[in-house]
Amino acid sequence: MLEKKKLIVSHAPFWHSGSRVTERSYHTIFAALPGVLLGFYYFRMPAIGVVCLSVATAILWELVINLVSRRPITIGDGNAAVIGLLFGMLLPATMPWWAVITGTFIAIVVGKQIFGGIGSNAFNPVALAVAIMMVSWKDLFDFDGMLLNYDLDFATVYPIAAAKYFGTEGVISFNLWDLFMGRQIGGIGATFGLGLVVGGVYLILRGFIRWEISLSFLAGVYITAFVFHLFDPIRFISPAYQLLTGYTLIGAFFLATEDSSSPVNVIPMLIYGAAGGVMTVLIRNAGAYVDGVILAILVINLIHPLLDKIRPKALGKVV
Amino acid sequence: MLPMLQKSFFGWIRPRIEYEILPARLPEPDHIAASKTVRLYHPKSDKKNGSPLFRVGDKVNTGQKISLFTDDPAYVIATATGRITSISPFTGDFGKSYLAVTINIAETEVLDNEFEAVIQNPTLEGALDFLAFVPGKPPLSIFSDPQHDIKTIVINGVDNDLLVGTNQYIIKSKLNAVKRGIQILKAITGIENIVLTVAGESLQGYGHLGVEVKSVDTAYPSAIPRLIMKNVLGQIVPAGQRCEDLGVCFFSAEAVAAIGAAFDNGRIPITKAITLIKKDGSQKLINATIGTPIEDIFATYGVTVNEKDRIIFGGPMRGSAVYSLEHPVQPDTDAIMVLDQSQAAYASDYPCINCGECARTCPVKIQVNLLVRFLEAGQYEEAADYYDLYSCVECGLCSFVCVSKIPIFQYIKLGKYELERAKTAEGSNA
Repeated sequence: MLEKKKLIVSHAPFWHSGSRVTERSYHTIFAALPGVLLGFYYFRMPAIGVVCLSVATAILWELVINLVSRRPITIGDGNAAVIGLLFGMLLPATMPWWAVITGTFIAIVVGKQIFGGIGSNAFNPVALAVAIMMVSWKDLFDFDGMLLNYDLDFATVYPIAAAKYFGTEGVISFNLWDLFMGRQIGGIGATFGLGLVVGGVYLILRGFIRWEISLSFLAGVYITAFVFHLFDPIRFISPAYQLLTGYTLIGAFFLATEDSSSPVNVIPMLIYGAAGGVMTVLIRNAGAYVDGVILAILVINLIHPLLDKIRPKALGKVV
Repeated sequence: MLPMLQKSFFGWIRPRIEYEILPARLPEPDHIAASKTVRLYHPKSDKKNGSPLFRVGDKVNTGQKISLFTDDPAYVIATATGRITSISPFTGDFGKSYLAVTINIAETEVLDNEFEAVIQNPTLEGALDFLAFVPGKPPLSIFSDPQHDIKTIVINGVDNDLLVGTNQYIIKSKLNAVKRGIQILKAITGIENIVLTVAGESLQGYGHLGVEVKSVDTAYPSAIPRLIMKNVLGQIVPAGQRCEDLGVCFFSAEAVAAIGAAFDNGRIPITKAITLIKKDGSQKLINATIGTPIEDIFATYGVTVNEKDRIIFGGPMRGSAVYSLEHPVQPDTDAIMVLDQSQAAYASDYPCINCGECARTCPVKIQVNLLVRFLEAGQYEEAADYYDLYSCVECGLCSFVCVSKIPIFQYIKLGKYELERAKTAEGSNA
């Protein structure tokens, strides 16, 4: 009986659809590329430097935490790279190096690993890092000031800031098509509306993010902005501008849709997204901050477990 | 047929996984007989005080009833003539214990005729006494259980796993035996309300059976009893209860055909129809004697098994893997699947990323992403009380789609098993 073959015994099912965490991460990176590349084109070397440093340090922080906590090395799943890339995309191209490293530290260590790593983070790590950085170093996120020395063939005015201070007057000089095609200043990867929409639609079709969240987020922004605009068209910009400026599109397709901090059922996803959109415009139009996307996403992250209590009744559930 | 189902490119569309649909005309399957030994798993109860009725060395005839203990009604039917060479304990999945009875096959086959006395006057007792071990394993004991008042019998003509066509083959090729089985069932149980479920739309050609024929959707997992209850019979089984508690009992088509054949021929059927699923995903219908070691079947069909391959009793979604090539065909082995090491899915210890694929794919709308957190933490009672553990119909789709490759299905089975064990322990302490 020495030649007895050793078989593997495992539990059913013996097939798998083949989806993997790595696959999700790399497709997210792929979908974000159009936005990043246009940012590289307009903001040149400094932008490339910031994004590369952001991705690299995000992976390094993850590795450090893996080693320190003596847990399996998880940098291969690409989640740290996604966080690094998205964080870099939200920054101005002239972000100092120490701020990038601090930001990725907050995202990876405070935003993700302290909670227990992938899947356990209550908040979107990128949104959390940007929020903390924005509060701590306000000037670093003043895009007008940070990108002052750029000589571009379009106005180096941050549209959403102009809207905040000057209302419709501030953005009237911007052409909507130009905004959509990324001819505006802002975060490195957050300005190219077309690229972000294409990337987002790609992720939706491939099933990596949910349309319910993205569309309800955008609908929330549009409808709330529309109501504000109706109420006072001079003070509050029209909804189309709200959609195409600031972090709206990257927030709708790449930040609000993060798996672990978003709901999974249809109705909760719709409420979650819509609440994010409404909060965004409320903060922009009535709050103290220039852009409300980041804080709105943190707020909806906070309510997501509660929203997921709205769930369909399982078959044969006995109340 | 793909050896493994892949996620479609457009991942947002929920895949529709189809059951195997057999063509109307089927070739007569080959018959595989055991070469040297047959092995039979005799159910073992905890209380085996009675004296053993059979010992190693005893001679048995084909079709003879082997009941090992005087005070235990459990038995197996000898599927070959020969001497018992060993009776050894065997533990199946989730701690089910058996006594494995190995019979060395003698050269001349002698048929046992004890059953012939029963066929003249079919009774439930007679069927219970001889037909619990026939192919398809009919759940006859449910009719003598005073706790259950069975009013409807559902004959499931659709197999409950992918790639498997065993019961469909029975419906297509052995309809006469099924018809006879239905008559016997009606006679011995007194139940007139019998429903036959068949795959797909075509309900033609079953009129002479004298039963209500209903079609089952061909998308997996609609042929699982609880889903048939809901979609075909319009009854919802409350979580924690079984179909039998609602007065419905499920028979496989093969079990009914075996009962029919038994009363027609006066012999207890010992040949099981099996779908053999090879490594390339191709299927072959075969007939094999119950108790035949699977290596005999593999030898006949030139199936090579390498180290670390998987051999699965049942289909790819719900089957159970075995660890030995000596494992025998059992009365409920509808399929045997050989899976190459490179094709088999593996589980991982990655955490749940809360993508929600499982919850969206669940046919009974369980919040699997939350359920699995309780199961991983061993909090089975909470899982059952708040996250619908007992609503699960065990289709395995959650594990199939899981991005983190968490063995969710295994956690669910383990959770149910542990709760059951705790309940029994409490019961015996009370």
